Amino acid sequence: MKKYFIILCLFFPLSLFGQTVSLLTVNQLDNRLSVGKDTVYLVNFWATWCAPCIEELPHFEKLADTMNGKPVKVLLVSLDFKSKLETVVRPFVKKLQISNEVYLLNEKSQQDYIDRIDKNWSGAIPATLVVNTKRRIRTLVEKELTYDELLNLYKTNISDE
Amino acid sequence: MNKIIAALFLLVQIGTSAGAQVKSYEPGSLVSDFKLKNVNNKQVSLADFSGAKGYIIVFTCNTCPYAKAYEQRIIDLHNKYAEKGYPVIAINPNDPEVSPGDSFAAMQERSTSKKYPFPYLIDQDQTVTRRFGATRTPHVFLVDKTNEGNKVAYIGAIDNDTEDNNPDKIRYVEKAIGALMSEKAPETTVTKAVGCTIKWKKGTGTSL
Repeated sequence: MKKYFIILCLFFPLSLFGQTVSLLTVNQLDNRLSVGKDTVYLVNFWATWCAPCIEELPHFEKLADTMNGKPVKVLLVSLDFKSKLETVVRPFVKKLQISNEVYLLNEKSQQDYIDRIDKNWSGAIPATLVVNTKRRIRTLVEKELTYDELLNLYKTNISDE
Repeated sequence: MNKIIAALFLLVQIGTSAGAQVKSYEPGSLVSDFKLKNVNNKQVSLADFSGAKGYIIVFTCNTCPYAKAYEQRIIDLHNKYAEKGYPVIAINPNDPEVSPGDSFAAMQERSTSKKYPFPYLIDQDQTVTRRFGATRTPHVFLVDKTNEGNKVAYIGAIDNDTEDNNPDKIRYVEKAIGALMSEKAPETTVTKAVGCTIKWKKGTGTSL
């Protein structure tokens, strides 16, 4: 039994122990999004200091869980200061046992990266970027989402059968 | 039946009034004056500042960590520029029902404990916030008093260093005021920055 548990741990280390948090530049994010083809990417910009962001995190967990096996991918991109990665962000993600992929945006200039992520984004968070390469969709919603709104956002941007 | 039609009509009206936004201010726009309640219960409008050459209007609040990170810098701006003719006018855009920490009483408390040297106004129905097109806290609108009227000179962030640890930071608002004082147009007129979304009254925010 113990052996199986160890094997399980080897195969599913992330789902068992929650995510690590890696650094991510906008270029890396764009590369990641471009390989998706028919995948709907929901990229949520959040921060540990942003109360409404934290309130909506469970919705993203629930969506990824419910839509497991479907071409949808949630990326949680924290805008916390890089200096808080070890002291605040990683412990926070561990404590919440977040199973979606979590990153910390590795960019210096807000003035620069906000526009590169989306011209229509003013910089307020929470904000969620929806990308579907196949349908050439890239839109940003600058507001806090309820679960139903998030589900709707996903459904209206799925690839055609 | 008439009642239903009337109700439907009302719904459509509410829908359009929330959705059909009047174009919000851009650099160069003329600002209409407003009258909002200050923490001392008195109404404040731009016209009250007869000696002003302009205004540093800051949409900010009690609760947003980024607004708090900039709080002292907002106080410093006022202390540095009010006597030069550019006072700070702080406006809290958040609906207290959505964000209880931003209630009028909480605003009074904060402005007293932090000794705000500037008015801290509540935009109860969020009309002024919408008209300006503020989207986050903190969000600055630097307004220049000209012969044509009060004209928006700069919209955006206070500086490019929220964490406040870069001695080479670009102080956008100070640079823009410097330009105005030497009767030039600011070099940078719009900047973007991370902040908290405005807490709109339920049912009036942007819909999907």
